Amino acid sequence: MNDMLGLIEPVIPALRRYARALVRNRATADDLVQDCLERAISHWNQRRAGDPRPWLFTILHNLAVNQFRRSAYRGKHIAIDDANEDDFGQEAVQEQKLMYQDVLDKLARLPEDQRAVLLLVAVEDLSYADAAKVLDIPIGTVMSRLSRAREKLQQEIEGTADGTTKNVVQLRSMK
Amino acid sequence: MTNRPITEDDLHAYVDGVLEPERAAEVAIYLEGHPDAARRVAAFSDQRDLLRKALAPIADEPLPPQLDLSRIIEHRRRRPASLWWAVAAMLMLSIGGLGGWVMRGSLQNSPGGLAALAQEAADSYSVYAPDRVRPVEMRASDSAQLVQWVSNRLKQPVKLPDLTGSGYRLMGGRLIATSHGPAAMFMYDDDRGDRLVVMTRPMASEQSAPMAPHSGGDVSGFAWADGGMGYSLVGQAAAEALKPIANEVRRQARTI
Repeated sequence: MNDMLGLIEPVIPALRRYARALVRNRATADDLVQDCLERAISHWNQRRAGDPRPWLFTILHNLAVNQFRRSAYRGKHIAIDDANEDDFGQEAVQEQKLMYQDVLDKLARLPEDQRAVLLLVAVEDLSYADAAKVLDIPIGTVMSRLSRAREKLQQEIEGTADGTTKNVVQLRSMK
Repeated sequence: MTNRPITEDDLHAYVDGVLEPERAAEVAIYLEGHPDAARRVAAFSDQRDLLRKALAPIADEPLPPQLDLSRIIEHRRRRPASLWWAVAAMLMLSIGGLGGWVMRGSLQNSPGGLAALAQEAADSYSVYAPDRVRPVEMRASDSAQLVQWVSNRLKQPVKLPDLTGSGYRLMGGRLIATSHGPAAMFMYDDDRGDRLVVMTRPMASEQSAPMAPHSGGDVSGFAWADGGMGYSLVGQAAAEALKPIANEVRRQARTI
């Protein structure tokens, strides 16, 4: 039991960060993380030995995909504007805050599958192999999505992306 | 120097700092001679820093009570008593004739729903399970491609249930046609050669429905829907033997 606490607890802040970067809404993200923790506790005996991080991210990611799928069915999309201004960069100074907000807006315009890879690898420090496990895709697909995500985000940052401003997060379920 | 050509993957691994030191040194030398690649790598590194800094404050926020792990565990510990009674009550309902009748009723509603799914699964079993030559189109050895293929066609991530714990090995699977669109069918067999079929497809109606038994001819099974996907497990074994396997399929589809 203490073993479980000691292994899961340190990962919770990262799980929150990943969930919020995916769904861009504090309450929805924290609900997903709570659901993830409940499942992790009840399925603790089924995890593979070793680092529990990939396992926890897998549970969370699948819950998030289901969430996307359900909201897509209901035709209810989470608009970027729904994200509370305060949700990001609360403690940063104003100018930095704007810059951070801007890159997160651009991140949100990436297709969901590319965004997930970029977040897992570049922010959560999962190895390419672990990211492949979390997303249940071959490692080659991780690399190609990572490459596309970075190119696309760079285009957005340099303002060379096509002028259509899409204000709605693309809600596609993942392969 | 290994003289291995520098790949796109090397550049990303360089940005993420996960290359072996020797390889990283080779990439660095390469970048000196290739300003375009160097510019991209620098841009990707800046991107990475920016993202990490932008998202770092979230991980520093104090955890709300709902994410306090000790509390969650404590809460679960206090719950079993009431949960147990709920389970007992449901068991008594389903043992009684009323439960069976209610379930049958729910299976006869809505034409695109669970009843249709159960029928499709039973039909697929009758057609494919007796086939000794080519019961499946893709074999278990190609399970990765099988999953990819059916996930693409169903436009939903499909998980391959692992039933080895129940004594059934995956034989393989195929895509099947239903009047509600494509469905994935996976076939399993046990040591005696008895076969099982698990079918799944997206649900237009009854996107979430509790597990209900169905039977017809000499096959029986269980159907349910979860999160927009419908499932049915069909076999010739007795319903009591199929039920725990259906539960296992449902559990696996829900988790990880």
